[in-house]
Amino acid sequence: MKKRLHFSLLFLGLVIFGFGLASSTGYNTYYVSETDSVENASSSEAFDKMMQVLTHERCVNCHPNDNVPKQGADSHPHYFGITRGDENMGYQATNCATCHQSENNDYSGVPGAPEWSLAPDKMKWEGLSRVEIAKSMMDAERNGGRTPEETLHHLTEHELVLWAWNPGLDANGNLREVPPVPKDEYIAAVKEWFENGAVIPSE
Amino acid sequence: MTISFQINGQAKSMDIEDGNTPLLWVIRDMLNHKGTKFGCGKAACGACTLLIDGEAVRSCSYAVKFAAGKSITTIEGLGNKENPHPVQQAWIEEIVPQCGYCQPGFMMATAALLEKIPQPTDEDIDKNIINVCRCGTYYRMRKAIHKAAQIKAESIDPINS
Ligand code: FES
Ligand code: FES
Repeated sequence: MKKRLHFSLLFLGLVIFGFGLASSTGYNTYYVSETDSVENASSSEAFDKMMQVLTHERCVNCHPNDNVPKQGADSHPHYFGITRGDENMGYQATNCATCHQSENNDYSGVPGAPEWSLAPDKMKWEGLSRVEIAKSMMDAERNGGRTPEETLHHLTEHELVLWAWNPGLDANGNLREVPPVPKDEYIAAVKEWFENGAVIPSE
Repeated sequence: MTISFQINGQAKSMDIEDGNTPLLWVIRDMLNHKGTKFGCGKAACGACTLLIDGEAVRSCSYAVKFAAGKSITTIEGLGNKENPHPVQQAWIEEIVPQCGYCQPGFMMATAALLEKIPQPTDEDIDKNIINVCRCGTYYRMRKAIHKAAQIKAESIDPINS
């Protein structure tokens, strides 16, 4: 999340000729499909699977559009008036780490993972459609300057993201809900989607 | 497992069966420092707030294993009768506590705040001091926080600081 690397805007030529992901030169972002061709079927299935996860509250709760972290399956505003603060970690003396550590705490029901924080304001996903979220996460202006490779890494390897499948117990001792797609299937779907050119279907 | 840390300036090594034991239990029940309070056990009220390496932490939700190698300060280590911390001095002068139960947590949170923001505004206080006081001493606490900031500023030796 803290990585601030740069990648370019749309590199239309590559997109038009369907070369898919460029190499680590960092060019290219995504390809918006205008038609649902047969060739796109598998990529679009992968997209569906990936977006079932990325639109789940386990992800969107930390990508708010109003600087207020959300909690729970009903995505209520974080209790105690917590908001983003200057560095996505709350306020100077009361911040995420006042209560959240690098692991879930099943005694208190407080969730935790390494680098616990909100996604930066530009990465707001709350209220967006799945296509809008996909465009946002592939847009260097809005994804923290990540190359597609770095976005792939964030989506499939970042411990904070993968925490979604190990969200621990809530304050009432009940297991938090996990995303609707198993972790391995999700990771495979994300990789497949990127390998097939990161095609974002039309709305 | 053996976990070593500093508490109020003293080195301690503890034999702990479960590294996930809340630090609060260790401090109250094993080390017998009763100043840090249990309120909710869910990181919601702030009664258990103490400092770990200078940062305010809610110890009911902090596994003791994470304290290894760190320096913990509880209300007992903030200052003493002869040499009170500015927060303790201000709390006495403003006669803040009612039942007193929540107060150590508030005082530790305030001590952390003044290290980050030496002269906090009311807005800074509203954002950072979000503990719960069932007796409703918030009004006196706010006055005491401002007073503590003043005492702290006056106590800084301009020659040696
Ligand atoms: S006892 Fe820890 S926050 Fe309430
Ligand atoms: S003084 Fe009684 S709870 Fe705060």
